[in-house]
Amino acid sequence: MKPQSAFPLLLAIALAPMVQGIINRTKAIVAGRAGQPLMQPYLDLAKLLRKGAVYSETASWVFRTAPAVGLSAIICAGALIPFAAFPSLTHFGGDLVLLGYLLALGRFAIVLGALDTGSSFEGMGASREIAFAALAEAPLFLALAAIVRETGSLSLTPALGAVSINVWNHAAPSMCLTIGALLIVFLTENARIPVDDPTTHLELTMIHEVMVLDHSGPDFAIVQYSAALKMWFLGAIIVAIAVPWHVGNALADAACALAGIAALGIVTGLIEASMARLRLLRVPTLLLTAAMLSALAFVMVAK
Amino acid sequence: MNQVIDSILILLTLTGFVLLGSSRLAACIKAVGIQGALLGLLALVVQSGDLSITGVVLALIGATVKGILLPVLLFRAMREADTTREVEPLISFNLSVLAGALELAMSLWIGRHLRLPADPVSSFFVPAAIFTILAGLLVIVSRRKAITQVIGYLMLENGVYVFGTAVALRMPVLVELGILLDVFVGVFVMGIAVFHISRQFDHIDSLRLASLNDRV
Repeated sequence: MKPQSAFPLLLAIALAPMVQGIINRTKAIVAGRAGQPLMQPYLDLAKLLRKGAVYSETASWVFRTAPAVGLSAIICAGALIPFAAFPSLTHFGGDLVLLGYLLALGRFAIVLGALDTGSSFEGMGASREIAFAALAEAPLFLALAAIVRETGSLSLTPALGAVSINVWNHAAPSMCLTIGALLIVFLTENARIPVDDPTTHLELTMIHEVMVLDHSGPDFAIVQYSAALKMWFLGAIIVAIAVPWHVGNALADAACALAGIAALGIVTGLIEASMARLRLLRVPTLLLTAAMLSALAFVMVAK
Repeated sequence: MNQVIDSILILLTLTGFVLLGSSRLAACIKAVGIQGALLGLLALVVQSGDLSITGVVLALIGATVKGILLPVLLFRAMREADTTREVEPLISFNLSVLAGALELAMSLWIGRHLRLPADPVSSFFVPAAIFTILAGLLVIVSRRKAITQVIGYLMLENGVYVFGTAVALRMPVLVELGILLDVFVGVFVMGIAVFHISRQFDHIDSLRLASLNDRV
């Protein structure tokens, strides 16, 4: 394990909440407002960490451990994802399957915590979250399969590192399809419009937010921070495919990828500003479309 | 070169999925129009090695008729028939898209096993063509409204056209013009028929037409 392989994880831990800030600022500018400062998510986290936590009488230890389990699962998942030229903390053949299931484990912990509160709203949110997450797994794995098939490597670090201008030159259509599919997965997994509205305050329409209603103080900070990390890691995968230029200098490449993540935040903000939420019943169709996109990408690569 | 053709074929396949998955008539008509325009582009790109004036003119005529004229006709038929703007499928949209995926797998299998006299430029040519044909058939059988059946028929014809582009780089001018005229007249007649059906019976529900008879 080389010392620079800790870099992707440290970078994510430091900068992950910033993406949220970029999205919010983009939405504000499109709406003609000045918007909150870019560092606002950090300030929110600091505020939450200073507060005390309140626990319901019906909640057991499952509810209390859920945020910690969620955060550790996401950090473990992050240990598998490279950033630009920097390799991930650890990599081995088939680690992309582990990535999928670590993401699922984090979600599982939060869902169990939501069910543990005994609130009917949280149960409803949990059931929706799981339904959409299960559907989002197919496009995620199919898209990764397309990348694996194209680069011939079963591990994330070599596979994403091998996506170069050359790959784009002879497989541009399937790379575009992969990015499209992963973008829909990104929006779904991170509970953004058009799947879920992070700013809604109506329990009946909430998906992700309703599950974490009962968390407060430091617990809620951990939940929010895990969500930010998840967004960063999924974004890093998309950027690794969408920004295929390798200058040779590791730091220049990293700057390129950082610009890519900022661009992804802006794109997400623009999508949120220009679209309404889909009706819940139409979300499966969207995810099905994503699965079609990635299946088509896989077929085009495999032929 | 191959990349451009592949991209067009992928876009063609994706518009097919849009047609299967969208609930709005207007979106469907637009999708089939985009498909028509893509076909003209495809014909141009495929023969870009040795462009001839007739080839270019034919591709342009095809794109104008299929991409602009027919959608305008369909929009008119929709307006005149005064129908609701929903598609009214017999099976759910998700099921349609899944069936489309099945058809795509089937057409990939066929594309791999079909022996053609000459190898097409891209190996995705035949699958895309067969998928468009099958998806058109699916739209015809799984939608309630008469106007969606016209759309399905148009899509089916688009698939036949792609297949033709794949097999023969250049069809005789007369044949191509004849097909185009056929489709145009077909859609024209169907548009009028849809209008008359809706005026006669206050609806264009093709299911209820089956129960028409003299013995009341």
